[in-house]
Amino acid sequence: MSFVLRGASVRHPSTATSGRAPAGFALNDVSLSIGQGEQVALIGPSGAGKTTLLHTFACAHRLQAGEFSAFGLSPWALPHAQRHLLRARLFLAPQTPPLPPRQRVVTAVLAGRLPQWGFWRALAALIKPGERNAQIAYDALARFNLQDKLYARVDRLSGGERQRCGMARLLVSSAEAFLVDEPLSALDPALALQTLAALQQESASRNATLICSLHQVELARSHFPRIVGLRDGRIMFDAPRAQVTDAMIAALYQNAGSTPATDADQLRPVVIVAHC
Amino acid sequence: MSASALTIRSQHPDPAWRGRVMGSIIALVLLWPMLVASEFKPWTLLDAQSLRATGRFLADFVPPAHSAEFLQLMLTATWQTVAMATAGLTLALLGAIPLSLLVTQSLSISRLGSGRMRWAGVLIRQGARWLLVLLRSVPELVWALLFVRIVGLGPTAGVLAIALTYCGMLGKVYAEILESSDAHASESLLKNGSSRLSALLYGALPEAASELVSYTTYRWECAIRGSVIMGFVGAGGLGQRMDESMKMLAGGEVATMLIIFVLLVACADLVSSFLRKRLS
Repeated sequence: MSFVLRGASVRHPSTATSGRAPAGFALNDVSLSIGQGEQVALIGPSGAGKTTLLHTFACAHRLQAGEFSAFGLSPWALPHAQRHLLRARLFLAPQTPPLPPRQRVVTAVLAGRLPQWGFWRALAALIKPGERNAQIAYDALARFNLQDKLYARVDRLSGGERQRCGMARLLVSSAEAFLVDEPLSALDPALALQTLAALQQESASRNATLICSLHQVELARSHFPRIVGLRDGRIMFDAPRAQVTDAMIAALYQNAGSTPATDADQLRPVVIVAHC
Repeated sequence: MSASALTIRSQHPDPAWRGRVMGSIIALVLLWPMLVASEFKPWTLLDAQSLRATGRFLADFVPPAHSAEFLQLMLTATWQTVAMATAGLTLALLGAIPLSLLVTQSLSISRLGSGRMRWAGVLIRQGARWLLVLLRSVPELVWALLFVRIVGLGPTAGVLAIALTYCGMLGKVYAEILESSDAHASESLLKNGSSRLSALLYGALPEAASELVSYTTYRWECAIRGSVIMGFVGAGGLGQRMDESMKMLAGGEVATMLIIFVLLVACADLVSSFLRKRLS
């Protein structure tokens, strides 16, 4: 098993430390287990807790209650340094690509190698990437049709290019699980398909777990074998693709403020049935 | 229209307004005793006796001293001042960089997840903070007086004094720049398992580089001025020459040195804007 959550409740750190009256949990009594090499799509309305769940898997949020283990280790019981070693086996790609505007693309991509590099190696690659490293970055960028931007600066890239640059960093890392937060939000439909395919191929080829939060419900249903629906910090359903029905999707997004990318009007009549 | 404005005021009073008024009143109440305590009486500048003294001194300024021998002397003194400031600032950087890394909270790994740091981390951080406070709370002139006693007259005392004070200032401000710049990049590197130093190199530095460089060149400019002042207590350079000229009431020589100061500061300004342009 690569991730196991049992009865997990998580509060967002910004409210956890403020010492004020505890706000609601971002995740509430969530139980979920995901095997090594599985590919899972996380869907749900905005504010459902998808990002918090990914951060919890990445050992970036501590649990208030419940149990969590990653690769058979329970991170919050481990000593500080070993927990950080565990983080190097996970790759969290946040929704907004974490790329400093004044950095060059090659450096931004190679930053995916930092957990494996010592300080001096990181410094040397910062000053001069070197032939081998440049090749690694080039190959990763080529998977997203971005190879000619190798030595461009990040602030010269468009939003979609930045997002794919962040994905190239993921390919370069040697993580065993990819936790990707809405990787397609800035991409047009064709690029979205291509990017998703590259992500899925990469995780399949190295048997890495892929957990991907998505707003494009159709893509989730057509590309991921397992779909987890999240709403108000709780799991609404966790099912293989074949068992996910339109009614389940409609119930997930019903009255949630945001509608999914699917044709919502068509789905609305089914809602009443879904709540029975 | 005025009716709607009235209802807005009565139903949704601006919550910040009372605080702003109170803040202004408190600031005024605090400022008044300070003006009294500092004996701030600008009108004494303008009475007849002061005006005459100022006029005599200023009249001496033209023409500035420009004999070849004097200019030669100025050149070596200027060089000594610049060297003192640069060497002092370099030494200060050696201490300030590691200290600011210790102090910066946004590069804390233990803070990830729980939002709290380990008590050891908090202790080290607080220690480094106090060391920085201690270093910069003693003015460089006082350090210089101390070092002149220890290492004797000459630029070494000035270099050491600048190194200590500026280490405190640079360390504090570097940490503040790093904390106030966008932490998204460095934080996600930390979340992916990078070490502190790698996250600094690949995440925090590119975000903050131009601010760091421009602050450092500004401090270099300050160090040049500082080394002039320390010359007055015998730490060599332009300041020592200026002290001598002032005591001999040689207005022309003082004027030449003031011109040199202006040129030096303008030079530092040019270097700073050049570097900022390169980095932006």
